Amino acid sequence: MSALTVAYALLFYFATAMLVGGVGYKCWVYARTPQPLKIPIPPAPTTRGGVVLRMLIEVTLFRALFRANKWIWLFGWLFHVALLAVLLRHLRYFTEPVWGWVALMQPLGLYAGFAMLVGLAGLWARRFLVDRVRYISSPSDHLMLALLVAIAASGLVMKYVAHTDIVALKAFFLGLARFDWQPLPADPALLVHLALVATLMIIFPLSKLLHAPGVFFSPTLNQMDDARERRHTAGWSAQIVHVNRARGG
Amino acid sequence: MAAFETPPLGEYPVIPLVREGAMAHSKPFVAKPDIQTGIGFPGELVPDWEKVAVTKLGQLVSQSRGLQVFLDSCVKCGACTDKCHYFLGTSDPKNMPVARQDLLRSVYRRYYTFAGKHFPKLVGARDMTKDVLDEWYSYFHQCSQCRRCAVFCPYGIDTAEVSMAAREIMDTVGVGQKYSNEIIGKLHKIGNNLGLPEPALRNTLDGLEEDVLEETGVEVKFPLDVKGAEVLLITPSADFFAEPHIDGLIGYAKVFHAAGISWTLSSHASEAANFSLFIGNHDNLQKVAERIRDAALDLGVKRIVVGECGHAWRVAYSFWNTLIGPFDFLDPRYPAPQHICELTYDLIQQGALTFDKSANDDKVVTFHDSCNVSRGSRMGDGPGGQFHIPREIIRACVNNFVDMAPETIGETTFCCGGGGGLLTDDLVELRVKGALPRMQALQQVVEEHGVNYMAAICAICKSQFTKVLPYYKHPMDMIGSVHGLVSKAIVLGPRN
Repeated sequence: MSALTVAYALLFYFATAMLVGGVGYKCWVYARTPQPLKIPIPPAPTTRGGVVLRMLIEVTLFRALFRANKWIWLFGWLFHVALLAVLLRHLRYFTEPVWGWVALMQPLGLYAGFAMLVGLAGLWARRFLVDRVRYISSPSDHLMLALLVAIAASGLVMKYVAHTDIVALKAFFLGLARFDWQPLPADPALLVHLALVATLMIIFPLSKLLHAPGVFFSPTLNQMDDARERRHTAGWSAQIVHVNRARGG
Repeated sequence: MAAFETPPLGEYPVIPLVREGAMAHSKPFVAKPDIQTGIGFPGELVPDWEKVAVTKLGQLVSQSRGLQVFLDSCVKCGACTDKCHYFLGTSDPKNMPVARQDLLRSVYRRYYTFAGKHFPKLVGARDMTKDVLDEWYSYFHQCSQCRRCAVFCPYGIDTAEVSMAAREIMDTVGVGQKYSNEIIGKLHKIGNNLGLPEPALRNTLDGLEEDVLEETGVEVKFPLDVKGAEVLLITPSADFFAEPHIDGLIGYAKVFHAAGISWTLSSHASEAANFSLFIGNHDNLQKVAERIRDAALDLGVKRIVVGECGHAWRVAYSFWNTLIGPFDFLDPRYPAPQHICELTYDLIQQGALTFDKSANDDKVVTFHDSCNVSRGSRMGDGPGGQFHIPREIIRACVNNFVDMAPETIGETTFCCGGGGGLLTDDLVELRVKGALPRMQALQQVVEEHGVNYMAAICAICKSQFTKVLPYYKHPMDMIGSVHGLVSKAIVLGPRN
C-alpha cells in the first residue's frame, strides 16, 4: 500500500466525516434554536402544503433570485443544475452495479461539466465587473469560485486530455466504503481533482456553503402566514406570562 | 446638520455607482442616560463593553433561528444590492443590505465561527472595536427595517432582523437612539408616544365631535374609556392631532357611526405604535403590547380594531397573538386583531355604507403600500389582502385611482424613507434621500395621470411624506389617509 493511497484514504474519511458530521451538527443547531416570533416574508403561504410548494420552487427554480436579478439567476441556476447533473453522473464511480438511469445520463453529465464552468465564469465575472458586487466580495468569495472552477476544470481534463485509470479509481472508492483499501492511481490530474473535492467537503460546514441546508430552516421562507389563526410561541415567547391580568388565559 | 442636496429625479430610475462613505456622517442623536435607564438599559457605555456586546450577540443568535440561519447563509450573490431605498438614494455601499448585514456578520464570524477565529482576513471577520460600534450606530440607523431586500434574497435573509439585533446590542452596552427610546419611555409612563395624558386626549376628542357636528350636522361620537363597547380601537396617537392623520380618525368614527357599531378608545392604551420593534427588544415589545390586552379586558370589549399604522399592524397582526394572546376573551367571529380597513371593507361588501364618490372628484389618487403592512402582515382571508383591500376601499370612495409602477408597490413596495425609528429631524438628510425611489414612482404617475393625492395607511408614512414631499417640489398636503378619503365620501344618513 503506497503512502499516497493511505494519505488519500485518510483524507476522504476525514472529509466525509467533516461534511456529514459538520452539516449534521449545523442542522441540529438550526433545528433546536427557537424562532420566537412569526416573520414570514411575502408571498407567504397560509398552509403547510403551501410552504412545501414555496420551498420546492425556491430551491429548484430560485424564484426570489429570478425576481431580483436575471444575470445572477441565469449563471447561478445554470451552475447549480449543472453541478447536480455532474454529481449524479459521478454516482457510477461509487455504485456497483451502475444504476440504469445513471448509465443513461452519462453524456448529459459531460455537457453539464462545461455548463458548470460557464455558470461559474459568469458569477466570477460579476465579482469584478459590477461595482456593487465587487464591493461585497471578500477573498474567501473569490477563493470559493476558484476552488469550484479548479474542480470542474481538473475533472474535464481527465475526460478530454489525460485519462486516468477509472476502473482502479472505482476500486479505490468501493474499497474505502468497505474498509478494504485498494491502490489509488497516481495520475496528477486525478490527485488534484480529488484533493480539491476533499477540500470542498471539509470547508462545507465552515463556510457560506451552509446556505444549502440553511435555506430549509429560514423562518422567512418556511413559516406559514397564520399568526392570527394559530398562536405561535417558541423560546422566550413561550415564557410569556400575563402579569397584570390572569383572566382570559 | 450639514447641508445636502435633494437627489434629482431622472426620467427613469437609475442604480447608482457606489460612493464609499457618502453617508458615514449620518447619525441620530444618542439617548441621554435617564432615557436609557427608563426602558431598562445602561445609561452610558458600560465598562468592558466589547465583551458585553460580543456576549449579547451570541445570546441573541442562540435565541433566534432566523439570526442563526441569516448570519451563516449569505453567499454574497448581490441580489439585494440594488433593492434598498437608502442605497438607491445615497449611493453609500454600506446601505446595500448585504453590506449592512456584514457590519454585524463580520463580528459574529470573528467570535463565533471557526473560519473567522482562525482566518479573519480571508472571510472578512473583524474585532469588536469602537470604530465598529460607531459604524453600527451610523448604518444600523440607516435601515428602516422595511424587508424589501428579504423579498429578493434566495434564502429569505431579513436585514430587519439583523438591524434589530444590532440595535439591541448597542442598547445593551449603553448606546441607544434618542428618538425611539424616548418615545418608548413615554409610552410606558403615559400610554402613548406623544405623552398625551387622559384629560388632554378627552379634550381633543370632544373638539373633534364638535368639528364633525359643525361640518356634517351629524352627531358622530369619539368615545373614550366606555366600558362594554363592542370595539376597542387602537390607533397611532398621531391620529389625535397630526395632519393628515386626523382625517383618518374622523373617517374611522364615521364608519363606526354609519354601521352602528359601538366603539371606544382607551386612555390606558392610547397608542397603536410599538417602537420597541425598531430596537429589537422583546421585553419592551411585550410590555407595550400588554397595555392593550389590559385595556381590552378592563373595558370588556368584544373586538380589537387597529387604525392606520404600518409597524403597529405588523406587531398586531404577526405578534400580538404570541405576545398578548390568546384572544379567547374576544368574539371569535371576527379576526383578532382586525384592521380598520378590513372592517370598512367588510361593511362595504355588505352594502352597509353609502358613498358619494364625487366628493373626492378634485383628486386623482394613488396608493402607497406601507412596508410593514405589505411585508410584515396581511389583511383578509387570503394572501395579498393587504394590497387589494385598501385599494377596494379607495375605489369605493373616489372616481380617479391609478397605481404606481408595479415594481414599486405591493410586496416590492418602497419604504417611505422614515420607517424603523428614523422619523426624526436629526436624520432628515437620510429621510429625503431614502424617499427617492418612491418620489421617482410618484413623479411618473403625476406626469402621466395627473395624480395629486397619495393615500397611505401608516402614521409614519404620512408624517414622513408631509416632510419630504416639498423637497421634491410637491405640496405637503398631497399625502393623506385612506380613511380621510372615506371620511369625505361617506354619506351619513339618519340612523335607525
